[in-house]
Amino acid sequence: MSWAEFFAMKGYGFYIWGSYGVTLLVLLIEVALVRHKRKITLQQLRQMHAAGDEE
Amino acid sequence: MAINWFKYSAPSTFYGLAGRLVPWFAWPAALLFCIGLYVGFFVAPSDVVQGEAYRIIFIHVPASILSMFIYLIMAGYAALGLIFNTRLSAMMATALAPTGALFALISLWTGALWGKPMWGAWWVWDARLTSELILLFLYLGFIALQASIDDPRRADRAGALLAIVGSVNVPIIYFSVKWWNTLHQGSTIKFTGTSMHIAMQQAMFTMLLACWLYVIAVSLVRVRSIILERERNNQWVTELAEVKR
Repeated sequence: MSWAEFFAMKGYGFYIWGSYGVTLLVLLIEVALVRHKRKITLQQLRQMHAAGDEE
Repeated sequence: MAINWFKYSAPSTFYGLAGRLVPWFAWPAALLFCIGLYVGFFVAPSDVVQGEAYRIIFIHVPASILSMFIYLIMAGYAALGLIFNTRLSAMMATALAPTGALFALISLWTGALWGKPMWGAWWVWDARLTSELILLFLYLGFIALQASIDDPRRADRAGALLAIVGSVNVPIIYFSVKWWNTLHQGSTIKFTGTSMHIAMQQAMFTMLLACWLYVIAVSLVRVRSIILERERNNQWVTELAEVKR
């Protein structure tokens, strides 16, 4: 079986790769979002901390 | 053996524990996704009836199972928070909701892409599909409701009520293929056994386990941010190394 045949999935390629592709994409987006959220939260806490020290 | 389980129900101790646990779930999840996909695409044979199209099952079924399980766990945590007034359980419920919504979305999306070649339609208003769509709306409603209330403790309580009442939908999804005549096929894996090829089962359960570990890892990272946000005025947060920097 060649790679072209493998990706064609006997005519179901669009449906199969559409399923797995979008799943992979949304999972990667979610991972990026939770990591971004952690970064932002820590930044805000540091700013709060810095502002508190000045007082 | 005396283990103090309540020790880890304090956000301050759980924060550190969760941070140490994340890699132990994230890396095995990535590895199992690779193994599951390899077995699903290179070891498992074609289906007699559906040919290659059935291979969507390896993501569709795990995503659907988890979308229901996550909801029950979310509602369970929300109920605990409501009954015992514990802070951490409410935060866990909030952390699980976006991932649950995502899996409901993946379930519907992969279902549509499977339905089109097999049934000839992307969507039908069938009992199974409609109840799963309602599950997605329940997740979105929970997230929106909590986001719309400024006081976090009141947001927790309102969200908890919605989550508990909405959990009636989960058995409806599960039994919908038995209770009503639907286009959706019934379970292939039953308690009494299965007609499924062993490699297909291995691929599906590996993917299910991978998704489980992924959900745990992502929720733990998310709950840590929520803990920091809500506890930001407490001494222990200001003393954290990552905050002091």
